[in-house]
Amino acid sequence: MTIHFTPAPASFDLPPAISPEASDADWLYNFLYWFSMIFWAALTFAMLYWAFKYKRGKSDKRIPTGHYPRLEAAWTILPVFFIIWLFHVGFAAYIKTAIPQDNALEIRVRGQKWFWTFTYPNGTSVNSDLYLPVGKPVKFVISASDVLHSFYIPGARIKKDAVPGMYTGMVFTPTELGDTPVYCAEYCGAPDTSAPPLHSDTGWTAPLGGHSGMMAMIHVVSLEEYEKHTVITRPEGISEVQWGEKLYKENACMTCHTVDGSKGTGPTWKGMFGQLAALNPDLSGGMASMMVDENYVRESILKPNAKVVMGFAPVMPPYTLSDKQIDAIIEYQKTLK
Amino acid sequence: MAAITTAPGDDHADDADPEASYLETTHSIFGKTKGVLGWLGTLDHKRIGVMYLVVVLSAFFVAGMLAMLIRVELFTPGRTIMDAKTYNQIFTLHGVMMVFLVIIPSVPAALGNFVLPIMLGARDVAFPKLNLASFYIYVLGALFAVYSMISGSVDTGWTFYTPYSTTTGTAVIAMTLGAFVMGFSSILTGVNFLVTIHKMRAPGQGWNRLPLFVWGMYATAIMQILATPVLAITLLLLILERVLDIGIFDPHKGGDPVLFQHFFWFYSHPAVYIMIVPGMAIVNELIATFSHRAVMGYKAIAMSSLALALLGFLVWGHHMFTSGQSEYANTVFSALTFLVAIPSGVKVFNWVGTLYKSSVSFASPMLYAFAFIFQFTIGGLTGLFLATLAVDIHLHDTYFVVAHFHYVMVGGTIFGFIGGLHYWWPKMTGKLYDERTAKIAFWLAFVGYNVTFLSQFVMGSRGMPRRYYDYLPQFQIFHQVSSIGSWVLGIGLLLMAGMFIKSLRSGKKSPRNPWNSAGYEWQTPTPPPLANFVSQPTFNRGPYDYHLATDEELADD
Repeated sequence: MTIHFTPAPASFDLPPAISPEASDADWLYNFLYWFSMIFWAALTFAMLYWAFKYKRGKSDKRIPTGHYPRLEAAWTILPVFFIIWLFHVGFAAYIKTAIPQDNALEIRVRGQKWFWTFTYPNGTSVNSDLYLPVGKPVKFVISASDVLHSFYIPGARIKKDAVPGMYTGMVFTPTELGDTPVYCAEYCGAPDTSAPPLHSDTGWTAPLGGHSGMMAMIHVVSLEEYEKHTVITRPEGISEVQWGEKLYKENACMTCHTVDGSKGTGPTWKGMFGQLAALNPDLSGGMASMMVDENYVRESILKPNAKVVMGFAPVMPPYTLSDKQIDAIIEYQKTLK
Repeated sequence: MAAITTAPGDDHADDADPEASYLETTHSIFGKTKGVLGWLGTLDHKRIGVMYLVVVLSAFFVAGMLAMLIRVELFTPGRTIMDAKTYNQIFTLHGVMMVFLVIIPSVPAALGNFVLPIMLGARDVAFPKLNLASFYIYVLGALFAVYSMISGSVDTGWTFYTPYSTTTGTAVIAMTLGAFVMGFSSILTGVNFLVTIHKMRAPGQGWNRLPLFVWGMYATAIMQILATPVLAITLLLLILERVLDIGIFDPHKGGDPVLFQHFFWFYSHPAVYIMIVPGMAIVNELIATFSHRAVMGYKAIAMSSLALALLGFLVWGHHMFTSGQSEYANTVFSALTFLVAIPSGVKVFNWVGTLYKSSVSFASPMLYAFAFIFQFTIGGLTGLFLATLAVDIHLHDTYFVVAHFHYVMVGGTIFGFIGGLHYWWPKMTGKLYDERTAKIAFWLAFVGYNVTFLSQFVMGSRGMPRRYYDYLPQFQIFHQVSSIGSWVLGIGLLLMAGMFIKSLRSGKKSPRNPWNSAGYEWQTPTPPPLANFVSQPTFNRGPYDYHLATDEELADD
């Protein structure tokens, strides 16, 4: 049984903390803050005090500078002990966020332009809203599909780059119920068109513009509620078409595909379903056209670059959606005439 | 002149009047000594320094205006004046221009070229033609950068991280070629200074009588020569990756994107010290002249510059604590990074200690030295936050880092550079500037600067990531304070520019030694003659031996 001391609420400098690992970093941050303040104030005071005290008047004394070998040695050697200690405590707190506990919940995190995909241990994938059970250690296994991203949870004081071609990881234990934002901290560009910002039904809207809009929200909830969220079913009270539209927004399809016929990074969905699409034969295994039916849509979601519509670049990343979700998206597309 | 005697018989080569100022006559590869060709073809280190200065200040103006556009865009959330793609291009250009076109050449190539040979009592640098070549290589690199701006621009950030930089459809090749070419200019200046310092010191000038500015240039030259080739190789690999698709950084072909970061920071961390050490070097001169005594701990300061040059090569991994490099690497780089605090601390303690029982003048260049110490201390202390692993993981790639490196690069180097510009302005132009305007401009710049970047520390520790076009409403107040600060800073710098232009047009003639300095460069006519000294000088005292300097030497006659 580990004893956690309660993470701090928001201060002027720091956002509210949601984990005991964050408390370690905060203690160090606050220590350095006050050390720096005192050091800097003392140095500035000494500089200004002597500057005014020995201000050049009518007489210009020109006393040669003395030699102070002991003083010089002291301010060269004494700080060495301080920085060794500082290195040690910084390292000890850091390594806790790198070594997972045996019973940690493993969440896969995938970054791609410009949203996050989370996969729970049962295989369910979701975008933008991640639910975590309170008090349970979490291990993130992080990767990227296209360029570098960085998975940053300010409330837990941790971040790690998402790198194409390798897995990175970090761990923490959320102990405070509530919501905490996730940002992308490694620059990853912006879309060609001014796409609308990501919007979640849980009530938050991301900032605009690719990299800055690559936001997600972690919801720390009770174990029962966590389990409810890891099984994907159509939410109560909405039709399948409405669910399709919801998925279109939540999965950032709208970043590239419009539904009003205007041009985006990918083909518009307006009037697409049931029509013959002209393909780029060079990128589509020699095929020049294809009927946009259920099979084509399904393939384009799971393996987007198998067939590419003429005039568009093969830039869409593969999605891991369930069959029910794909069905709902298809039903939604059928309504876009 | 009692302390500096003259040796007869070294007036060969010149038929011209040995007392004519460098502004009136020159050596030129075109054989002309007058007019535009006398400037463009000059082999005189002083004129080359002035030409560098003109280009550096022009680039500073453009890059500063780009920063103003960034701050206007960020004044409100959402779109303010530009779209996200344009914003990304503008912050990239701001970074690339400030680093490669402004800060790196500002002190060594512009001011250093002018004063370093004079401080050594030399007639010129060791290789004058190489010096001119390095200027034109720098201009060529700058032209590549300008070309990339008009041909579609670059949106990678100044770090050119792969795979973004190998996949984005913009003018990355032209921009990296520009940085590649400018690197050679930097290497050649380094070689030139190193040889000049070793071989061309005047009689009487042992290593212990080297002005501390020269020690700083010496450490900088070593870093320029050893680190810049690595940047050249890295940028060349990036170009090969884009043109020939060799796959060294592409994970789909077995490459590694993180390898690029190792290569890049192996240059760019020493580059940070290529930028800050010259700023510190100027502060030494300012403190000595305006407190009328030697800077405390001469040897400690000289050696701390070399220590920074050495440590600069061992800490590149601290830019990569979150990059996916191993925990072992993070541990080693964190420990090594802390060592940087020691030589930095030694310098600051010695500067402050110098003031004790000194004779302080509050002339405008000294105000910049005070501001340097004030701001560099903040930059250095926030560096402790970033060397501490657990804290860096939170602060990495946030505005805290943006504020930290601006405190070192701008609050340090640029303030040092501007202080040096004020200090040597009379030496370079032979004209005085208006001291009252200079002080008003200083206060505007100082207050504006600190308002701009102190608020960014708070944003960063609250979790605002850098390179964001838009932000959540909770960060708006800090962005607005920062933007308002940046405009005050901008007004201060424009006022300063106006003051210098006015000085050129109608400034009073400067006396030989307007600051009553004992420095070697002030013991020759102002502006200096073509050969720097009327005849070969011999240095019989150190550059800071105010107790040995005669009243005649210190007089502003």
